[in-house]
Amino acid sequence: MSTPFYVSPQQAMADRAEYARKGIARGRSLVVLQYADGIVFVGENPSRALHKFSEIYDRIAFAAAGKYNEYENLRIGGVRYADLRGYTYDRDDVTARGLANVYAQTLGTIFSSAAEKPYEVELVVAEVGETPEGDQIYRLPHDGSIVDEHGSVAVGGNAEQISGYLDRRHQDGMSLAEALKLAVEALSREPNGGEREIPAERLEVAVLDRTRPQQRKFRRIAGRQLARLLEAGGAETATEAEAEAEAEAEDGDDE
Amino acid sequence: MEANTRSTGRLPAAFLTPGSSSFMDFLSEHQPEMLPGKRQLPPVQGVIEAPHGTTIVAATFPGGVVLAGDRRATMGNVIAQRDIEKVFPADEYSAVGIAGTAGLAVEMVKLFQLELEHFEKVEGAQLSLEGKANRLSTMIRSNLGMALQGLAVVPLFAGYDVDREKGRIFSYDVTGGRSEEHGFAATGSGSIFARGALKKLYSPDLTEQQATTLVVQALYDAADDDSATGGPDVARRIYPIVTVITEEGFRKLTDEESSEIARSILERRLEQPDGPRAALL
Repeated sequence: MSTPFYVSPQQAMADRAEYARKGIARGRSLVVLQYADGIVFVGENPSRALHKFSEIYDRIAFAAAGKYNEYENLRIGGVRYADLRGYTYDRDDVTARGLANVYAQTLGTIFSSAAEKPYEVELVVAEVGETPEGDQIYRLPHDGSIVDEHGSVAVGGNAEQISGYLDRRHQDGMSLAEALKLAVEALSREPNGGEREIPAERLEVAVLDRTRPQQRKFRRIAGRQLARLLEAGGAETATEAEAEAEAEAEDGDDE
Repeated sequence: MEANTRSTGRLPAAFLTPGSSSFMDFLSEHQPEMLPGKRQLPPVQGVIEAPHGTTIVAATFPGGVVLAGDRRATMGNVIAQRDIEKVFPADEYSAVGIAGTAGLAVEMVKLFQLELEHFEKVEGAQLSLEGKANRLSTMIRSNLGMALQGLAVVPLFAGYDVDREKGRIFSYDVTGGRSEEHGFAATGSGSIFARGALKKLYSPDLTEQQATTLVVQALYDAADDDSATGGPDVARRIYPIVTVITEEGFRKLTDEESSEIARSILERRLEQPDGPRAALL
């Protein structure tokens, strides 16, 4: 009879955490920033169809780094949770805090259950408020903890370095073009201190725009509109207003 | 299972199980009692009295479609509500107007809106207009049991078909039977009168503004002859709900806009009570 070998709980958890972290680190990082009119999501994503950012509900969006099939599963679970809750009670009763709690419980249970492989994902759940003070951003690492963030967040492989960079430069009340420029600068930094160019067609950008007249505030930014915003980056607010006007006109073909 | 959506516990397995992109399918597996069609109705004698919505009209014009409804809900010979809304956006490119039992119809619209939104979020793409119209058909069919007990819901669905680049109208019967209408359509108790007006005034080359006037004329004629349909209520400033769907998406006319149309029609009717005349030949 073979003796089952003993692994201390500390060691088992450390191994699982390392496994999850390594999986997450294989993917590209993404950043989430507050700007004057909402929250912007920026990431490097060569795919046009497999999104890292998605709408969950009216004012709530989801961003994820790590293993696609795992976070996609969580995303759909979140959409079902939000839609069912809104249908049962009211649209106002669906909140990012509630959703983040459900995700945290789900990730936490999976992480500590010996029967399941830990999820190799790191999530951000964000809700845009009526004012910048009302914005909520929650970061959810693989182990089910919740971190309430303000200003800027980075998740994924190179997250620590990127968020350090963002923390030093992010300011309240930035314009969308400024925030986008800062996000791209941060994502372009290599772990070894170098820098590389990320072409516009490899960027996935989405916003929760509180000025949007529709009930649903989530909007993707791509194509000409993205190119204009990237050009406008910096303090040229006039060009940004123009891009905004175009955004409204292009709203129809968002999805 | 229901407790799981209320507490902040872990997502139940059903939420994380890969499945269809339909919210109704998800509900019918996870919480079937939440679906209106799954509700059991005890046997009742006679007809159940509940507020009824009455007249909905729609007309297409080059580049879009308009959908409008009066504001009256009746219960027998009593006016149950004077400012009910019976026309709702279904999503960015479509709208639904409801005649029949108001309570059930409003619930059905809410579920229909959610069904379209859910699909869009899960799939990252919109359903085709045909797909949306079929989905509504399924929902009406699931209400057949109640319809046979007098609680019928008869919607009118209109939308802008992005692929064909034109406005389209679908009408339904209580069994969920669906038919596409060409040019114009009306449903509800005042619809026979409204349809007469539409038939005489409609032409395929209307402008958007003419189309919105047309549907209000038709609602006026319906209210003129059907006691369950409400005309423009000038004293209370309650005017018909008029919506326009074009390439730009769904738009509901503001109170000012619809009151202006209604008032100009009223003014003309003071001189000519039966409304605009068509040439005999």
